[in-house]
Amino acid sequence: MAHLTPTPVLDPAQDRTMILNMGPQHPSTHGVLRVLLEIDGETVVRIMPDIGFLHTGIEKTCEAKFYQQVVPLTDRIDYLCPMTNNLCYALAVEKLLGLQIPPKAQWMRVLMNELTRINSHLVWLGTHALDIGAMTVFLYCFREREEVLRLFEAVSGQRMMTSYFRIGGIALEPPLDFFDRVRHFAGYFPDKVDEYENLLTGNPIWMMRTKGVARMTSEDAIALGASGPTLRGSGVDFDLRRDMPYSGYENFKFKVPVMQDGDVFTRYMCRVAELRESIAIVKQALEGMPEGPIKADAPGVVLPDREKMKTQMEALIYHFKIITEGFAVPEGEVYQAVESPRGEMGYYVVSDGTAKPYRVHMRAACLANLQTLPKMCEGGLIADVVAAIGSIDIVLGEIDR
Amino acid sequence: MPPAGAISDLEQLKGHPAVGRLLAWNAASVAGVKFDRDEMTIYVDRPYIREACAILRDDPSCAFNFLSDVTCVDWFPAEPRFEVVYHLLSISKKERVRLKVKLDGVSPVVESVTSVWPGANYFEREVFDLFGIRFSGHPYLVRLLMPEDWEGYPLRKDYPVEGYR
Repeated sequence: MAHLTPTPVLDPAQDRTMILNMGPQHPSTHGVLRVLLEIDGETVVRIMPDIGFLHTGIEKTCEAKFYQQVVPLTDRIDYLCPMTNNLCYALAVEKLLGLQIPPKAQWMRVLMNELTRINSHLVWLGTHALDIGAMTVFLYCFREREEVLRLFEAVSGQRMMTSYFRIGGIALEPPLDFFDRVRHFAGYFPDKVDEYENLLTGNPIWMMRTKGVARMTSEDAIALGASGPTLRGSGVDFDLRRDMPYSGYENFKFKVPVMQDGDVFTRYMCRVAELRESIAIVKQALEGMPEGPIKADAPGVVLPDREKMKTQMEALIYHFKIITEGFAVPEGEVYQAVESPRGEMGYYVVSDGTAKPYRVHMRAACLANLQTLPKMCEGGLIADVVAAIGSIDIVLGEIDR
Repeated sequence: MPPAGAISDLEQLKGHPAVGRLLAWNAASVAGVKFDRDEMTIYVDRPYIREACAILRDDPSCAFNFLSDVTCVDWFPAEPRFEVVYHLLSISKKERVRLKVKLDGVSPVVESVTSVWPGANYFEREVFDLFGIRFSGHPYLVRLLMPEDWEGYPLRKDYPVEGYR
């Protein structure tokens, strides 16, 4: 919304309250979130998030691109979990097309998706702890995150904007040593999670800053549209991976961490437990990785192999047609939701039968989660606002789109 | 595998709990149904949307207690031009349903569902911001993403991708 006038919306009811502006360049707002606080001494009377500083009109841009050209845009929505967005968009378009994805591509997607979750949660844990004053955890988390980013680079050539999942499969075969590297990472990573927990979970300062802070009941969480760890930290047992499985998640066994108290500490505990569960899924994916093709057998939709293009005329023609004209997608609409590290990431794709999407809408988990902030913070202290913002794990790229 | 054809016959889809419940409440509220690619769409007549949402949320056989998303599609130059789209989720039954309200292009107004789900607040503000749909009864309907002095509604189809220069 980016208000030009500083405080048009909050009206101090009495003389003793004052308006405090926090952000958009405040380091604890994780990007460009601006928060207007009406405070009475140290107590927050009202809080109002102000967003829109990163709005780039991605949904409008999507309407002018071919279906396959939208994939790189989806990376840029939530830059901490690019593959989750790739996956969600690819699944939506595949559902529109009625495409069947080969098992190896599905398992690779699950594997990469869980690595993405680890990557995202590590950034969250590091910055969240940094906000509350625990500097060391940040350095530890980024040490492990670096290895995950190297794995991303190995499969896709990119550290962050991977665009690795394509409509109909994945872009490339993983390199030969990739699975060994993932296995090595999955072997030592649980010890590192222990290390983070040693620094935080039992730490009296951490507990004082997080336990009983920014509480939210399960009823409020549902009514406000919260999802992901923000919802499960309030005691609602719902995870799309388990309850409405997609991309072969029904083949994996994992626990969904749920905690009852609905404060900053339970949201923290849920995410840390998810780190361990993600590693369990990664290990299962490594063990059961099927052999076979990584792309669906759909010549008009999936780009042909380079080798085939050099020897087969049809492959060259299809390549040329896909690049220059795109491919028509049957009329219809789908809503595909996946469990992103932050909650329910949904893509609503409408097709009018042409090669460009008629409408692409992203349901951003953070946008809904951000609405819980007033519920959490009003009546609390200013310092707890920082803890609350960290605990809902916002990414402004996704909120503003 | 080609997608199976869409079913839009009300008689065939009466068995769906949400459709059945809305028909039992007020047959005039259901303007149409569609079942396509395993997804259920119910077209709700404009005056009934808020009550329909409340009924679907509270009825134990439906229990659509979670509002996933509110968005809009512009079918310019067709009339009625706008479709406001609500995605409902039942956490207990693990099911989704999509509600749609058609609005004309001259004065697109629909009742807000913020009284049913407070979480609709930002979603409706976003639709107002980018499509210019007004939600009556919304507690604070101002632009969410664009600057407050912005002219026009960027996601409308008659708004150029490059913007006005």
